[in-house]
Amino acid sequence: MGVEGIGARVLRKEDKRFITGKGRYTDDIEPKDTTYAVFVRSPHAHARILSIDTAEAKAAPGVIDVLTGADLAGDRIGGLICGWMIHSKDGSPMKAGAHPAIAHEIVRHVGDQVAVVIAETRQQARDAAEMVMVDYEELPAVVDPAKAQAPGAPQIHPEAPNNLIYDWHIGDAAATDAALASAARVVRMDIVNNRLVPNPMEPRVAIGSYDAGEEHFTLWNTSQNPHVARLVLSAFVGIAPEHKLRVVAPDVGGGFGSKIFIYPEETVCLWASKKIGGRPVKWTSDRTEAFLTDCHGRDHVTRAEMAFDADNRITGFKVHTIANLGAYMSTFSSSVPTYLYATLLSGQYAIPAIYAEVEAVYTNTVPVDAYRGAGRPEATYLVERMMETAAREIGVDPVELRRKNFVKSFPHQTPVIMCYDAGDYEKTMSTALAAIDYAGFPARKAEAKARGKLRGIGFSCYIEACGIAPSQAVGSLGAGVGLWESAEVRVNPVGTIEILTGSHSHGQGHETTFAQLVHERLGVGIDNVQIVHGDTDKVQFGMGTYGSRSGAVGMSAIVKALDKVEAKVRKIAAHLMEAAETDIVVEGGEVKVAGTDKALPFATVALAAYTGHNLPAGMEPGLKEGAFYDPTNFTFPAGTYVCEVEVDPETGKVTIERFVAADDFGNIINPNIVEGQVHGGLAQGIGQALLEGVSYDMESGQLMTASYMDYCMPRADDVPSYEIFHECTPCPGNPLGMKGCGEAGAIGSPPAVINAITDAIGVRDIAMPATPARVWAAIQGAAA
Amino acid sequence: MVSVSMTVNGKSVTREVEDRTLLVDFLRGTLGLTGTHVGCDTSQCGACVVHVDGVAVKSCTALAAQADGSMVLTIEGLANGDQLHPVQAAFREHHGLQCGYCTPGMIMAAVDMIARHGADLDEATIRHELEGNICRCTGYHNIVKAIKAAADEMAGMAQAAE
Repeated sequence: MGVEGIGARVLRKEDKRFITGKGRYTDDIEPKDTTYAVFVRSPHAHARILSIDTAEAKAAPGVIDVLTGADLAGDRIGGLICGWMIHSKDGSPMKAGAHPAIAHEIVRHVGDQVAVVIAETRQQARDAAEMVMVDYEELPAVVDPAKAQAPGAPQIHPEAPNNLIYDWHIGDAAATDAALASAARVVRMDIVNNRLVPNPMEPRVAIGSYDAGEEHFTLWNTSQNPHVARLVLSAFVGIAPEHKLRVVAPDVGGGFGSKIFIYPEETVCLWASKKIGGRPVKWTSDRTEAFLTDCHGRDHVTRAEMAFDADNRITGFKVHTIANLGAYMSTFSSSVPTYLYATLLSGQYAIPAIYAEVEAVYTNTVPVDAYRGAGRPEATYLVERMMETAAREIGVDPVELRRKNFVKSFPHQTPVIMCYDAGDYEKTMSTALAAIDYAGFPARKAEAKARGKLRGIGFSCYIEACGIAPSQAVGSLGAGVGLWESAEVRVNPVGTIEILTGSHSHGQGHETTFAQLVHERLGVGIDNVQIVHGDTDKVQFGMGTYGSRSGAVGMSAIVKALDKVEAKVRKIAAHLMEAAETDIVVEGGEVKVAGTDKALPFATVALAAYTGHNLPAGMEPGLKEGAFYDPTNFTFPAGTYVCEVEVDPETGKVTIERFVAADDFGNIINPNIVEGQVHGGLAQGIGQALLEGVSYDMESGQLMTASYMDYCMPRADDVPSYEIFHECTPCPGNPLGMKGCGEAGAIGSPPAVINAITDAIGVRDIAMPATPARVWAAIQGAAA
Repeated sequence: MVSVSMTVNGKSVTREVEDRTLLVDFLRGTLGLTGTHVGCDTSQCGACVVHVDGVAVKSCTALAAQADGSMVLTIEGLANGDQLHPVQAAFREHHGLQCGYCTPGMIMAAVDMIARHGADLDEATIRHELEGNICRCTGYHNIVKAIKAAADEMAGMAQAAE
């Protein structure tokens, strides 16, 4: 490890611009002659559009045009798609309803867009949007996923009878039923995973621009994967073929999944720019719009049964989940409660039989798709709440119950597709136990009791699947795309380097970590390495950043391209120094002949590649190589989280006294950045457990939590200082041995918090978020 | 329309704007100072914090006209040329930012916080004071560390200057 190489705590290269106000986010971009779009949105959860009168709005000051769903349909602009096909138990394909970019005839959730006003200024567009008169016939709405299939429930899409999108299953029903029937003990729970809003601090923005001379479109947007946006907008929405559409995602202010998806506003801004004659059309979401239109996360209603034998080994696990996908199927929504969820139901445990059924339903709510962890937090919450509850009901230490059931040898094939390649669950458990001083907990509990406080401890042993994903595998499971990654390494004649990557950084620090990899391999200083991403005109193709894939998949592609560069460098250097190619080593910015004092600066070899004056016979000039990397397996980060809380029985307020996270992410590039990812994930998971939750009015379908006044985001004094530990079993599946760290915190922490609270107050279960009101009521109930 | 004049980052500016123009829109749209961000509509998130006459203000909740005649400092004016302000340097040193969107508001709020509390700032006070600034990336851990480190460093600098 050099001072800038793999494993070094290098300060981030990108920080300089962010701390001086020179970041360049989409809303900071103002192309010449920009116009401003404001959407008219449905105030009803479910209604028929009887008429739209745009006359007054069109005549308002500064208004350029007002467009509706009828205009969009008239121009034959396609609807948005869900790119992952799921088949039901009976083999029938999922039943996806149409998703027009502007609602036509029917609105299906509060916030559904019904018209767009384009004006010279944003204020003028806002004023005119108030003048668009929409006549609605209100229809009954359903927002509770558990009621979506009830007889007489409102029907949301004609394509999906009873609002059922699919009724999917995985695992062995007969074996699981047999395990339950012969169990010494069965633990049963009904568990709700609360609906959340991702809430990156930067609201979404789209700027569409049409160049009539070139018949070419440009979209600037807040995207985690601009190439996938271009693919969908070209191939399905039909804006323009790919070579006539450029998508640029510059600095992006956080994503957490919500900026993976292709949203209606992007289609509308592109289409409208052409419609109004080519002036750019810019839409900037405000925060309430973000609550009403950014995809939400989670929202599962589950019944689970876990079977144990007399020796407390798990013999079977049966799960039935209803997943709420909202009013439309978002880009990857179908995969989240299926292959990203049920395939992780084995947790860290050897479970011989698992069977899961998942019913995905439409409701009159904002679409639900991937949010940090995507399916894996739901699986972890379920498994770890079951384990904790089982330990209490059996009367054994929750740590010992987990230890007894840990997977201990690898590779381990679970009954639900995944094959865990490497791990050491005992190691992360023992690290966490030592850090929290588990043996000292009873004394701490007693001391708290003397102060009138209820102290509790809760564990969570999570596993997740990252490095998404082997293309052939996901293709066989219904994915519409391959999930490889690409990279190009361009060595300049002066020896500086540009890395073009299909990964996208929106806070993860790729400009630093990717440069560290280059430094490790070629010895070039990280200030001489530029990371280029987020522009389809610069980077040929890529699948973007989500599912903790940029290290395990994105960096692996860079490794492959660097291998090719290094091979050419060795050939050139061997020729220049009249040495055997096999004796050439690239080290510390030099290209050396092993065992001699012969060496050339790396830059000299780069220059030789470009002058072409003295290259090996037949070699092409230049030093630029590209690679596509397709992973061979998922990666499996895992760890143990321990939360210690104190509850004030007078108020129900929960204070997190300590939070220990012991993670195994395989090899890590920059510990600062990895720890930062864990911190952020923990805050989101603690937010889910204690503070955050979407609330809809069950009758009207109004979103009650549509601003930061109503939706409780974690603040600095809601969360503790975290205690972070790393263990390492390198991932055998990729060249750097990386597993991924972006989602672990959000996946592992909610059950640790809830296990601690239920331990403290002595109840079997409590719903998330465990607000003071809920905790106080639970204490009263427990006392009664 | 109303004419507003103010000093922004040491430069005098006068512009004609609509009466209802918010200070943040004046800074971002009229003056092109896009380092100040908008993250919510309800004065909760603090991405828009600037200093008006030396006091931290949420610029999404003030009219440009209210800052008429004032001295306004934004994130772009905080460093002294290439010399970062100690709070800026501490955010980088302690990895107190990820996506960078809340960062300008966090830094401006932190500078104000340190000015009011000086070396007395402890972790609990910092966390309490950050009530009006939301970060979704960092879990606050390293922001708190950065502010504490900057407060200590600035206290040391002040002591050395005495």
